Amino acid sequence: MKNPDRRQFMKVLGVAAGGLAAPTILGSRALRAEETIPVGILYSLTGTTAIVEKSMNQCALMAIAEINAKGGVLGKQLRPVIEDPASEPRTYSEKARKLTIEDKVPVIFGCYTTASRKAVLPVVERRSGLLVWPTWYEGEECSKSVLYAGSAVPNQQLENSIPWLKNKLGKNKLFIVGSDYAFPRGMAKTSKTLCAKIGMEVVGDEYLPLGHTEWASMVSKIGSSGADVIFSNVVGDSIVAFYRELRNQGYDFEKLPLCASTTTEVEVRAMGPEYAKGSYVSLPYFQTVDTPQNKAFVKAFKEFAGPDSVTHAAMEAVYTGVHMWAMAAAKAGDVSSKAVVGAVGGMSFDAPQGKVTIDSQNLHSFLTPRIGKARADGMFDIVDQYSEPLVPLPYSSVGETADKRVCKVSGAAL
Amino acid sequence: METFVIGLSIASILFIVALGLAIVYGTMKVINLAHGEMVMIGAYVTVLASKHLGLGIYSCLPLAFLVAALFGLAIERLVVRPLYGRLLDTLLATWGIALILQQLIRIHFGFGLFGIHIDGLGSDLQNVPVPPELQQTLHILGTNIPVYRAFVFGVAVVLGLVSWWLIYKTRFGSQLRAVSAARDITAACGVNDKRINALAFAYGSGLAGVAGVLVSGFMTVSPDMGAPYVIDAFMVVVAGGVGHLLGTVLSAGILGEVQSFVATWSNDVYGRTVLFAFVILILLFKPQGLFVSRNR
Repeated sequence: MKNPDRRQFMKVLGVAAGGLAAPTILGSRALRAEETIPVGILYSLTGTTAIVEKSMNQCALMAIAEINAKGGVLGKQLRPVIEDPASEPRTYSEKARKLTIEDKVPVIFGCYTTASRKAVLPVVERRSGLLVWPTWYEGEECSKSVLYAGSAVPNQQLENSIPWLKNKLGKNKLFIVGSDYAFPRGMAKTSKTLCAKIGMEVVGDEYLPLGHTEWASMVSKIGSSGADVIFSNVVGDSIVAFYRELRNQGYDFEKLPLCASTTTEVEVRAMGPEYAKGSYVSLPYFQTVDTPQNKAFVKAFKEFAGPDSVTHAAMEAVYTGVHMWAMAAAKAGDVSSKAVVGAVGGMSFDAPQGKVTIDSQNLHSFLTPRIGKARADGMFDIVDQYSEPLVPLPYSSVGETADKRVCKVSGAAL
Repeated sequence: METFVIGLSIASILFIVALGLAIVYGTMKVINLAHGEMVMIGAYVTVLASKHLGLGIYSCLPLAFLVAALFGLAIERLVVRPLYGRLLDTLLATWGIALILQQLIRIHFGFGLFGIHIDGLGSDLQNVPVPPELQQTLHILGTNIPVYRAFVFGVAVVLGLVSWWLIYKTRFGSQLRAVSAARDITAACGVNDKRINALAFAYGSGLAGVAGVLVSGFMTVSPDMGAPYVIDAFMVVVAGGVGHLLGTVLSAGILGEVQSFVATWSNDVYGRTVLFAFVILILLFKPQGLFVSRNR
């Protein structure tokens, strides 16, 4: 009872102050500046993952500018508070704390790697903040302080691609290769569950440390394993070394196809498109997705960030996340974490990739799985896509299905 | 057999990087932690030359040698020379230089601050086009040999021979060996030891630059790519014995093969682990390395 009274009082005071200040332009501007909503932007602008995260930062700013141009949220403009966590999980946690305590942001748009999300998670959970997380990840997480908007979980990248490799390409012996940390291992776990289900043989499951650049031994091991198809969960710089090594040892993607979960337009550009040509990627978004929303999105981003810039899946998820948060806040009439989370379940947004709907049980997103084939110009031809968005099942590795959920509104129940 | 070839190619890169480090450490007793950044500079020379001058990877080899050698010369003159004989201080100073060089690439040598962006610099990942003839594989004795790896090996052999000739057959080489054995006496005999130092530092840096060109063909080029090389190369120098060309050759060969065989047998992580264990064993039983250069 006390709070609303006080709020009302503040409102009256505000109106009174507004009335007094109205004659001077300066005064009204100062008042307007107070009526903004600060939002945290937490993507690395320096460090190892800066290449990708910089574009995500730009994309978040673009989405915020779009929202502000349409009048903001609840009649207030969004004011981005940008922090640079420098690709260091520890810095992510510090900056997230700074954003929630000092800047009092109700939401943080940020993170790219699982390591950084896990660093921010305790901060937003303890201080009832909200993280809008964009990247596809390994699943097995069920937080009510994270909105997994546009972020794919293993079933949305694997349920379409692994059976496709078997049925369409006629391949039967899978070699799974990845960087050595949570995401690739989680993906491999789900892949194996799927392979067992459809009768595909897994002939290898190997890892190299993040950032490893000497791939010769691994590639020759893949060659001698008898595998007829590779699934790659290799991340970052290593992708480039891995693809180049495959070429150097004389492998041809037409004969030994490779399907990757993490090789986006950015990495293809970094390695030189001729090295990726003919390989497959399974992600819900490619720059070449043929929707009117995507055409507008690509055009807008090129205008915002320069004509040479490319769009990619993590970026599209950032864009979707910012817009969906704004929609949910508008619907709830409140920007607090609890209100937004309460309102966002079941909400849909016409994202560049198509319709994205937030699942009310686990706060993950219904996304459209797609398989792209890399072209000589570094873009992807979409060779397979679902006609409808697929349900997100973050615990598919332990047998979660659409009817039998592990992650529910009340939390994870294993 | 394929494993052996891979080991040989790992060893070739190790050798080229370590050779420069060994010469610098052998003559000057300076551990150059910016050596990896010379590799990085070599790689960036390749990126920039192929982007702006249209040069291929072959013509970049001498170019990168020159550029890295000039950087080396500058570092020696400005930073290392005032700190002679202070091992820890040079260690810190060259590490600082390493960091500065990385950041210079990130900020486009400072032009980035004025909004001028040079294509090929910055914190992005870069890549180098490899000519098609190097992208093939050769079939010899039932083994697939990647041409690029063979090319790397060839360059390593040539550089090894050139260095051997330089150190053991030229006037500069004998002065270099004299300086590394007994600096003061050599200087007293009228040899300009400062000049020898500067040249050795430049030559060592130049070699690292060449290694940079070679790794740019199968690796991503980024500002912090050089750091792992210093560690590996230093291991080679320590295990091989300081100031011994043959020691560097053999220890690079052995370490490369150890890594390659263990990596194929289990995986690269164990490969590295065994490698480190191996170096520790060498140091336990042969504290001065596999080959000891006797100082009289």
